[in-house]
Amino acid sequence: MVYHEDENGYVNTECDETEETRTEVEQAATFDRARFLKKLGSTVFASLLVPAVFKDQFSAKANDPAETAPEFPILPEPTEDEDILVRMMRDVQRAMKKPVDQRKWSMVIDLRKCIGCHSCTISCASENKLPEGVIYRPVMEEEIGTYPHVSKRFIPRPCMQCEEPPCVDACPVNATWIRKDGIVEIDYKQCIGCRYCITACPYGSRVFDSGFSYMDGLASKGEAYLSPEGAIVYEKAPAYEYGKKMPREDHQSPIGNVRKCHFCLHRIEKGLLPQCTVSCIGRATFFGDANDPESLVTELIGKPNIMVLKEEMGTRPKVYYLV
Amino acid sequence: MAQVRNKREGLFWFLAIACFAIGLIGIYDRLVNGHVNANYGSYIPWGLWVAAYIYMIGLSAGAFVMSSLVYVFKVEKFKKIGKLSLLVALATLVGALVTIWMDLGHMGRAWRLMLKTNFMSVMGWMVWLYSAYFILLIVELWLAMRSDLVKCSRESGLRGKICNFLLFGNKDDSPERQAKSARLLTILGTIGIPLAIAFHGSVGAIFGVVGARPYWHSGLTPIIFLVGAFLSGGALLAFIAANWAPNKGTEEHRSMIALLGKIILAMLALDVLLEYAEITVGLWQSVPEEAESLKLILFGDYWWVFWFVHVGLGVVVPALLLIFNGKSVRAVAIAGALIAVTFLAVRLNIVLPGLSVPEMEGLLHAYSSRGLTFDYFPSVSEWLVFIWSVSLAGLIFLLGKTYLPILDDKEAKGLN
Ligand code: SF4
Ligand code: SF4
Repeated sequence: MVYHEDENGYVNTECDETEETRTEVEQAATFDRARFLKKLGSTVFASLLVPAVFKDQFSAKANDPAETAPEFPILPEPTEDEDILVRMMRDVQRAMKKPVDQRKWSMVIDLRKCIGCHSCTISCASENKLPEGVIYRPVMEEEIGTYPHVSKRFIPRPCMQCEEPPCVDACPVNATWIRKDGIVEIDYKQCIGCRYCITACPYGSRVFDSGFSYMDGLASKGEAYLSPEGAIVYEKAPAYEYGKKMPREDHQSPIGNVRKCHFCLHRIEKGLLPQCTVSCIGRATFFGDANDPESLVTELIGKPNIMVLKEEMGTRPKVYYLV
Repeated sequence: MAQVRNKREGLFWFLAIACFAIGLIGIYDRLVNGHVNANYGSYIPWGLWVAAYIYMIGLSAGAFVMSSLVYVFKVEKFKKIGKLSLLVALATLVGALVTIWMDLGHMGRAWRLMLKTNFMSVMGWMVWLYSAYFILLIVELWLAMRSDLVKCSRESGLRGKICNFLLFGNKDDSPERQAKSARLLTILGTIGIPLAIAFHGSVGAIFGVVGARPYWHSGLTPIIFLVGAFLSGGALLAFIAANWAPNKGTEEHRSMIALLGKIILAMLALDVLLEYAEITVGLWQSVPEEAESLKLILFGDYWWVFWFVHVGLGVVVPALLLIFNGKSVRAVAIAGALIAVTFLAVRLNIVLPGLSVPEMEGLLHAYSSRGLTFDYFPSVSEWLVFIWSVSLAGLIFLLGKTYLPILDDKEAKGLN
C-alpha cells in the first residue's frame, strides 16, 4: 500500500491515491446509500433501540454466551457490498459465541476518515447517560502549521483498554481489573473514589463523577419544554454500564466514582456494536475481536500504517489508529 | 510574663475553636452535597485536600522522627520534649487522615482500603503502613506518659479522672515497671523509625511511581518527601517546643531550642539542595512534560506561591533568622512557624503542577464541561474543610497538652 506523507509525516488525504490504495473492506464503506437503507438500515437502526427494549434483562449474568445468544439481533445474509457495520456486528456475534477468554475486543480508528464531527462523543454520552464532567470519548483536535496554512487532525480518544494498564495496578482496593475479554472494568460498587487511577492513566481516559448535573445553575421555567425540571428526567435515567442498572441518585454510585469507556460492554454482550462505532458518520471507527482472523479489525490491525498512542509507555493499547 | 503566656495561649485556643466552627460549614457542605462544590474534578483529580494530607502527614512523620531522638538515640537535650513531639505527631496524623477521608468519593467504603487491599498498589501499602504507624504512635505515647499518668491520676478534677481512666486500673509505678516501659519504648521507637520512613516514603512513592506524570515520576520524589517531612515536622516542633516545652525559661530550654534550630537549618539546606537538583535537571534539556510542570511552578499563574510563599517566607527569611539569630528562642520559634506553615505551598506544588499538564495534546479543548479543565484553584468549601482539619489537629494538640501529662516536668526514668 502506498500513501503520501508530507514532510511532517502526516498523511495528505487530498492525494489522489485514496481510491487505489483502498482495500476491499474499506471500499465496502463507500456503499450505495439507497441500497443500504433499503436492505440493512432497519437492522442497524433497530440495534440502537435494543438497550431500551431489553433493559430489564441486562442484569443477567453477562459472560455466559448461552444466556446472551438468543437476544442477538438477526442479521441479513452477507452480501458483497454490505455495510461494514453489519459485517462488524457479524464479527461481534461470532465472538460472543466463543468462550469469554478467547475474545479480544479491539478498536481501530481511521484518522484519515475522521471528520471531527464529535458525534461519537455525544452518542456515547447519551448511551451511558453521562453527566456533566464525565466524558468517555472526547475527540482531540490538533492543529498543524501556522495560520492560514493549517491542517487539522482529529483524534477520538476512548479508553485504550490497555493490555498492561497502569490504572489497574494503581487501584488500592482491587476495584478495577482487566477482564478475560480484554476490557478494563471498574466496579462502581467497590470503587472508593480515591482517583489514584486517574493520575496513573497516561491517556486521561479516566474521569471522576463529581455528581454535577448539566442543569446546575439553569433558570427554572416551570414545566416548560426545555426546563431543568423536564431535562432532569433524562439525567436521572439509569445507565446500563457493565449490564447493571444504575439509576442516578444522590451519593449513590456512580456518583463519587471514577468512570471510563468500557467499549459499551453492555451492548457488545447483546450482539451490538459500541455506540461510537454505530454513530460514526465517517465510518472511521471499527470494532471487533482481534482474536478472530476473519474479523474486520484483525484485517485492519495487520496494516503497516497502524499505530497506537504513547507506545513508549508500554501500556499496549487495544485501540489502534490508522494514519 | 505569665500573663503574656496566658494571653498567647488564649489566642491559640480561640483560633483553633473559631476555625473549627467556621470549618464545620465546609464539612456540612461536603457531607450533604458531596463533591459538587469542590473544584477538583476529572482532569485535576487531586487538589487542596490531597496536598493538605501529604502536608500534615509529613508534619507527623517529621515530629515522630524527632521523638525517636529521645526514645531511641537518647539525646539528653530533647528529653523534655519527647512526649510533646509524640503528641504533635498524633494530632497531625489525625488531621491528615480526616482530610484524605473527606477526599474519598465514597467515604463509607474506606474500610475496603484495609480489607480489600491491592498490594500491587503503593496506595494499598501506604494504608497498611500508616495504620501500623498510628497504632505504634498511640502505644508509644501511652508508654511515655505512663508514670506521669500514675501521678496525675491522684489529682482531683477532670484531668485526674482522664489519667485514671487511661491507666486501665493498673497503677503500679514501681522502678521495674518504669524500666519495662522504657525498654518497650526503645523497642517501639526503633521499629518506628523505619516504619515512619517507609510510610512517608510510600506517600512519596505514590507520586513517584506514576509513569504517566513525568514531573512526579522520579526516584527522587520519595526522598524529597522524606526530607520535606523531617524539615517541616522539625520546624513545627521547634515552634511548639519554644512555646510549650516544660522547661521553658531555663538555660536548658534555650540550648535545646538552639540545637533544634541547627537541625532545621541543616534540613532546610538539604531540602533546598534536592529541590535545586530536581528543578534544574528537569528544566535543563526541557523534557517536554516535566519541564512544562516546572515552568508552571516557576512562571505559571501561581508563580508567587513558589517565589514568595515558599522561597521568600519558607526558605530565605527562616534561613536568615536561623543563621544570624539562631541562639534566640524567639527567632527559632518564628523560623519554625514560617517553615511549617509555608510548607503547604511545597506540597501544593508537588500535587498540582504534575496534574495541570494535559496528558494528551488537544485534550483540553476536546470537550468543555465542569471538571474537564486543567485550571484549578481550591473552592471556598475546600478551604473550609482544610481549615477545619488543621484546627482539628490544633485542638487535639491543645486538649492533649491540657488534659494529659504531656508537659509534666518529670524526669522520664530509665532513659539514662
Ligand atoms: S487507557 Fe487509561 S484507563 Fe484505559 S486501560 Fe489504559 S491506562 Fe487504564
Ligand atoms: S478511584 Fe476507584 S477505581 Fe480508581 S484507584 Fe481509586 S478505588 Fe480504584
